[in-house]
Amino acid sequence: MAVAPDTAGIRGVTGIKDATAIAGIGQTPFARQLPENERTLACRAILAALDDAGIAPAEVDALASYTMEETDEVEVAKALGLGDLTFFSKVGYGGGGSCATVAHLAAAIATGQATVGVAWRSRKRGSGPRPWKNTSVQLPTPAQWTRPFGLLRPSDEIAMLTRRHMHEYGTTRDHLFNVALACRNRANQNPAAIMYDRPLTREMYMTSRWISEPLCLFDNCLETDGALACVVVSAERARDCRRTPVYIHSAAQGLPAQHHGMVNYWNDDPLTGPAWTAARHLWKHADFTPDDVQVAQLYDAFTALIPLSLEGYGFCGRGEGGAFTEGGALESGGRLPINTGGGGLSEAYVHGFNLITEGVRQLRGTSTAQVPGAATCLVTAGEGVPTSALLLRS
Amino acid sequence: MLTPVVDEDGAPFWGYAAQGELRVQTCADCAEPRFPPRPCCPHCQSFASEWRAVSGRGRVWSYVVPHPPLLPDYAELAPYNVIVVELADAPRIRLVGNLVTGPDAPINSLPPERIRIGARVQVVFSSAGLPQWILERP
Ligand SMILES: [Zn+2]
Repeated sequence: MAVAPDTAGIRGVTGIKDATAIAGIGQTPFARQLPENERTLACRAILAALDDAGIAPAEVDALASYTMEETDEVEVAKALGLGDLTFFSKVGYGGGGSCATVAHLAAAIATGQATVGVAWRSRKRGSGPRPWKNTSVQLPTPAQWTRPFGLLRPSDEIAMLTRRHMHEYGTTRDHLFNVALACRNRANQNPAAIMYDRPLTREMYMTSRWISEPLCLFDNCLETDGALACVVVSAERARDCRRTPVYIHSAAQGLPAQHHGMVNYWNDDPLTGPAWTAARHLWKHADFTPDDVQVAQLYDAFTALIPLSLEGYGFCGRGEGGAFTEGGALESGGRLPINTGGGGLSEAYVHGFNLITEGVRQLRGTSTAQVPGAATCLVTAGEGVPTSALLLRS
Repeated sequence: MLTPVVDEDGAPFWGYAAQGELRVQTCADCAEPRFPPRPCCPHCQSFASEWRAVSGRGRVWSYVVPHPPLLPDYAELAPYNVIVVELADAPRIRLVGNLVTGPDAPINSLPPERIRIGARVQVVFSSAGLPQWILERP
């Protein structure tokens, strides 16, 4: 499975495979409420990531972010003293864009458009307003077809698909609890996680209040303030950096034919969402298969996204995502440990960027819930919206 | 309560609904229905469309029961139901709506325990011109 990174093939048929690497990661603390604003938090996270890589701010010539980001490239570049930028990119669809930021930087660097790229996310969702409460803003969903009827929040929109998945495949609340528990158990090992000292039990889960039946409180991600960043450089450059390089082996975006963001009820097969499309491209360009993935960081704004993602990325068959979670499969030592920092459900909900940095920690061997010898990691962005994913390897 | 923020493509749907009619945008060239409305047929790329009347019968494809925190008007009625209806005449056309006990009944009028996926439903219209759904066999 392990093949020496091939940088000679950058301009050949191998595309971006192993041509670039994540050389640095950084973050601020996570909390329900932080005193500093998004710009300040973004700057702190980016400087921490550059310091981790041992690269000076003046060397940065590429930036990538995703929508619903309050801090733009101009502000970041000016505040931090970055160099002349020759590549900048902002990916659409909020949480679906997290992994695409790294993918865009990898493509830019592999094709010579830039040499040092930074991707970041800064959010004050914990202390700020809920986006769905702003009814004057037209979300990328056609709100006229859903909101008058009281389908108001992302939780309501995903609960609709969840109920259908339960009906078609026998997925249960216990399956969703397995997801919530795996994330919480890992958060209990991670001092940086908001839920570090808050264990979860089945009774707590089953008796918690509903948010949108069939989803309860613990099926929903945290509301968090915090910022994160990572640094992408060529594989060759990464080998001279401070840290063990984490190679970007394969990357994909996914926007399926006839897809509809969040309310994907109107195509032939609403339960095969963007994960399926991203997965086809991801595996086509990879040297390994889902069987070889040792740890995964799966976007978990809601527990129900995990069964959908397990199916979409090929860890099990269609409709088997609920059953896959049984027998401790998602826990440490299980078939596929997931969200080993605690994920959006229990570490911090920062639109999935913490899943990227945790993937890097696993492949460096420095996770607080380290999978022994982990050499391959799948990281995904939001399922249910136009999405993206990364296969990382050491 | 929120009212539809209508765009040019969707306006005919709401216009017919205000007259108590359920109509679906359909390609005038290849006859393929589509939802939500849009300018071009994804099947044959024709820009010619018409609004075809449908029977107003369907089945519950899925449903949810929202609880607070919600916008104030909805929080007052919570828990209520939201359903997705698969139209009998065009199964791939699925409409978001509410299952109620009769025309103009509130969105919490039917106990959630009575909702089943696959249940047959029939369209009715509120005085505000919103399509609503009642059980075919209450
Ligand atoms: Zn047509």
